[in-house]
Amino acid sequence: MSKKIADATAPRISPVVKFQRWFGRNLIRVYMFLAFTYLFIPVAYTFAFSFNDSGKSNLVWKGFTLDNWKNPCGAPEVCNALANSIKIGFLATLFSTILGTMIAFAIGRHNFKGRSTSNLLIFLPMATPEIVLGASLLSLFLVFKINPGFWPTVIAHVMFCISFVVVTVKARIASLDPRLEQAAMDLYANEIQTFRRVTLPLVAPGIAGAALLAFSLSFDDFIITNFNSGTVITFPKFVYTAAARGIPAQANVIGSGMFFLALAIVIAGQILNRRKAR
Amino acid sequence: MSFDASSARGDLILTRITKEYGDFKAVDDLSLTIPKGSFFALLGPSGCGKTTTLRMIAGLEEPTVGSIHLGETDITTTKPYQRPINTVFQNYALFPHLTIFENIAFGLRRRGIKDVDAEVNKVLNLVELPHLAGRKPTQLSGGQQQRIALARAIVNKPALLLLDEPLGALDLKLRRQMQIELKWIQKEVGLTFVHVTHDQEEAMTMADTIAVMNEGQIEQMGSPADLYDNPETAFVANFLGQSNLIKGTITGNDGDSLVVDLYGQKISVPKNRSHAVDNSMYAGIRPEKFRISLLDTPVSGNVLTGGRIEDVSYIGVSTQYQVEMPWGQELMVFEQNDDGVAPFNKGDAVNISWAPVFTFALRGDEDVTAGSEVTPEDLDEE
Repeated sequence: MSKKIADATAPRISPVVKFQRWFGRNLIRVYMFLAFTYLFIPVAYTFAFSFNDSGKSNLVWKGFTLDNWKNPCGAPEVCNALANSIKIGFLATLFSTILGTMIAFAIGRHNFKGRSTSNLLIFLPMATPEIVLGASLLSLFLVFKINPGFWPTVIAHVMFCISFVVVTVKARIASLDPRLEQAAMDLYANEIQTFRRVTLPLVAPGIAGAALLAFSLSFDDFIITNFNSGTVITFPKFVYTAAARGIPAQANVIGSGMFFLALAIVIAGQILNRRKAR
Repeated sequence: MSFDASSARGDLILTRITKEYGDFKAVDDLSLTIPKGSFFALLGPSGCGKTTTLRMIAGLEEPTVGSIHLGETDITTTKPYQRPINTVFQNYALFPHLTIFENIAFGLRRRGIKDVDAEVNKVLNLVELPHLAGRKPTQLSGGQQQRIALARAIVNKPALLLLDEPLGALDLKLRRQMQIELKWIQKEVGLTFVHVTHDQEEAMTMADTIAVMNEGQIEQMGSPADLYDNPETAFVANFLGQSNLIKGTITGNDGDSLVVDLYGQKISVPKNRSHAVDNSMYAGIRPEKFRISLLDTPVSGNVLTGGRIEDVSYIGVSTQYQVEMPWGQELMVFEQNDDGVAPFNKGDAVNISWAPVFTFALRGDEDVTAGSEVTPEDLDEE
């Protein structure tokens, strides 16, 4: 009502000014739209071409089909490579999360000689170029007469994932109020009970986030894996090799599948968090 | 060696406790007995060592020197979870991942108590929040969180309940209400409460006994009325309320009183309220004990003459006057507004009088500003 009256009495505004005002109000939305377009075009492209009736090379659109989704293992070796990547990713996540969490607690909670040095050294693997890490790990394995393969790859992945786990979990520990643990001790919980009932549940979201991060780092690592995996084909290695003669559409199916899986995990996590807060 | 002290009961006895952090002595040779069943307050400004003392009682810190006994049991080095002592933390420290019910049940479950449901519900009713059992701490208001923190502690029926600035985060009105409620709950459950605060009003409202702490030591201990009417040091006189401290000399005896000369005017001070060690002293009088009268009005008791009203502030229940005395000191006088109008004006020449029993005497070498520059309101937590 009051708006109508204001319109009736207001002087005419030129269309240019009107546009400027609209633009001013919506600048952030325009920017957001552009940014998300930029971020998601590759994903959308991958997803769209997973429906391509491509035949050998999946570079040109040749028609819509559901065949690739119905038979994701259709291309030779693709599911074998995927299984290897999942296995390596799972083991690397498990070990790096356990070890990294322990390191994070040590650095975050205890004062010991060399604490700040360890804190600094933890960052080094993150700052070192992967190509250097991969090459030197390979020569290290060869010195110890270990042939490249499945387990050397797992060890290499654990090594570079640990730093990320430590940093993620440490941030969570730092935000934890030490009075909560004191309160637990005050309420008759001994050290172990305090850790299990209060500390661990409160740090758990950080640990879960670190595990997800470790898995995705391990899953799509190519450089270090390429040096250390020998004849074991992982999914990134498969895609790289396939690129020479044309990537099969099944790779797009698996890529899209992983994307939606990750999206589902994030959304589920959000819903769970909201429920908890309620 | 650690052992289970959880069945210990009785008075809490601190014996010659010192706590050092490097070169800094947070608590300095402190001895203290807190009788079973009392509501005891440790009162002092920021950094006086009161929170450190509380943490040592809780078992969260270990004294550098000295011992802590609960009844006959030495609990100096026992772990917090081995002591029958529970704490209401300053910011409540409710477990954010647990419901209110589970927060309160936490201590009961750790001790393997059978009837958790009944105990939790009973204490939820006591704090009048039974409908919140299923919520999470973040969904509660500050006042509600405060009560749940209290419930979580008292449900364990500890020998001793420690309250660390429990009302500091609440607004003034809610704080007043909780003061009364806490006192009522203490009577209801009959536990020993030890309350740490920098708020003198809070301590006086709730506690049976107050120990005023300053620089790691107990300055004075007693009932609120004792401390207020008969402070032994300038710190206590200034930290608890306000005081007029006038330099004087003891010139003689008169039965149960001392004759004191204040800038040439004679007054009398009860001997049992004198803490002077030689003839040099400060006479102390609380502002509300003074009466103002015009020069021609006859007065009795102690009288100081030659005053001139410098400032008048009307504040509702009372009127505050600043009266300048012949020796240049301004005295503070609070007069009740029980006769309708403020009868004195700026510039009036007046006498100041008061009943001699309201006078206390401090040592002449005291720092008269001690404790007055720390206004409790703008102190932060330790």
